Amino acid sequence: MSTASAKQVLFEPIFSNNPIALQILGICSALAVTASLNVTIVMCLSVIAVTAFSNLAVSLIRNQIPGSIRIIVQMTIIASLVIVVDQLLKAYAYEISKQLSVFVGLIITNCIVMGRAEGFAMQNSPGMSFLDGIGNGLGYSVLLLFVGFWRELFGSGSLFGVTILSPVNEGGWYVTNGLLLLPPSAFFIIGLGIWALRTWKPDQVEEPDYKMSAHKVREAF
Amino acid sequence: MAKAKETVSRTVIVALVLSVFFSVIVSTAAVSLKPLQVKNQTLNMKINILAAAGMLPDGASPTQVEDEFSKFEVLLVDLNSGQYVEPSAVNVEDPMKYDMYKAASDPQLSEAIPGDQDRASIKRRPDVARVFVLKNGDELQKVVLPIHGYGLWSTLYGFVSLKGDANTIEGLGFYQHAETPGLGGEVDNPRWKALWEGKVVYGDDMTKPEIQLVKGGVSPDAKDKEHKVDALSGATLTSRGVENLVNYWLSDSGYAQYLKNLRQGEA
Repeated sequence: MSTASAKQVLFEPIFSNNPIALQILGICSALAVTASLNVTIVMCLSVIAVTAFSNLAVSLIRNQIPGSIRIIVQMTIIASLVIVVDQLLKAYAYEISKQLSVFVGLIITNCIVMGRAEGFAMQNSPGMSFLDGIGNGLGYSVLLLFVGFWRELFGSGSLFGVTILSPVNEGGWYVTNGLLLLPPSAFFIIGLGIWALRTWKPDQVEEPDYKMSAHKVREAF
Repeated sequence: MAKAKETVSRTVIVALVLSVFFSVIVSTAAVSLKPLQVKNQTLNMKINILAAAGMLPDGASPTQVEDEFSKFEVLLVDLNSGQYVEPSAVNVEDPMKYDMYKAASDPQLSEAIPGDQDRASIKRRPDVARVFVLKNGDELQKVVLPIHGYGLWSTLYGFVSLKGDANTIEGLGFYQHAETPGLGGEVDNPRWKALWEGKVVYGDDMTKPEIQLVKGGVSPDAKDKEHKVDALSGATLTSRGVENLVNYWLSDSGYAQYLKNLRQGEA
């Protein structure tokens, strides 16, 4: 771990070790906030900020934290940062903070943030931890934007709120796909995304848990 | 070092220092950003009043919003008598400063709603409400009424705007809620809100509100279709909440008496 270069720490989580696609963390918010790209972007920026600064803070005091209360210490740090981000959004991006509603608060429970604090920042220097936070935030963002792109394009016929395919109920020709506006549709897109990613990088494919035995025909006797 | 940090006293000290440090950060953020947040909320409220009344220009700037909003008269109404009251009756100088939601928790300024009448699940109702009236000379053009009630996860706060007959809905919108994004959160969808225009609140006897949210769309030849609005798909409980709160606030417990006075020109 200690030999990893800054570049690796920053860019590995984007495709090679993506927190959603490979570590399968943070799926909940990936389902919830990807119906429109504007909301997705703000959520991504919030998660990047929280992961980076919580990693930095945890790493700075990692030598002081007693092992028995380390998880609750990490939670305190993360929760405080999330509240600050939430307050900032309410002050400077009111409309979007309304749309994100509870999901900003739920960054606290986003497994990526805590996973990186416990898994990386507790053992590494503040600078590296900060980069690792940004890298994992970016990895999360790339997948969220990927999901958001398809959901907004085919669900509402627009990208970033700009109409691309003019929808029928606004007098156009495109019949919007209602499923894509609902959270479960993100499961399909994330699944397809993971498939594409593992086709491109076959080393991410896991060993099968068991192997089916070959079919044998046995005569009854 | 490695051993020393595992002692009980060390654990307590680290926990204390961290809690104090982060509570200072969190409260500083909350307190210093409060004025901006309040400003956003007030502007948002005005935008929503204008939107409910169908008077919000596209991409309006904050100054345009203030201009349009200044056409409205802000008045306080006693809900029981349906008559206007002076701001001094609720201990404020300016009707804009009156917070009817705060008043609802003050026993002097509100009353408990009996359980069987509490359709909006709000428990207490303020005696005095703040309404926004648009007049052309002496003739009533629009009246915007604040409404609120419980949906699925949260209390929805919003406005309903009635046309000059104090019976036909001009528009409806919510400015604060925490319903599920994409499902109940679709109460903010402009297309859904547009369905409310032209719906008629009261039946022939003009006393009981008869708004209904129906599943599967309102067919053009449905009975009482002037009272029916399409419910939100995938959000049965939010839709039910909206139906209940609209009907509650337009009933005798809410604005019915005031609207009756308006129609007879006696408010």
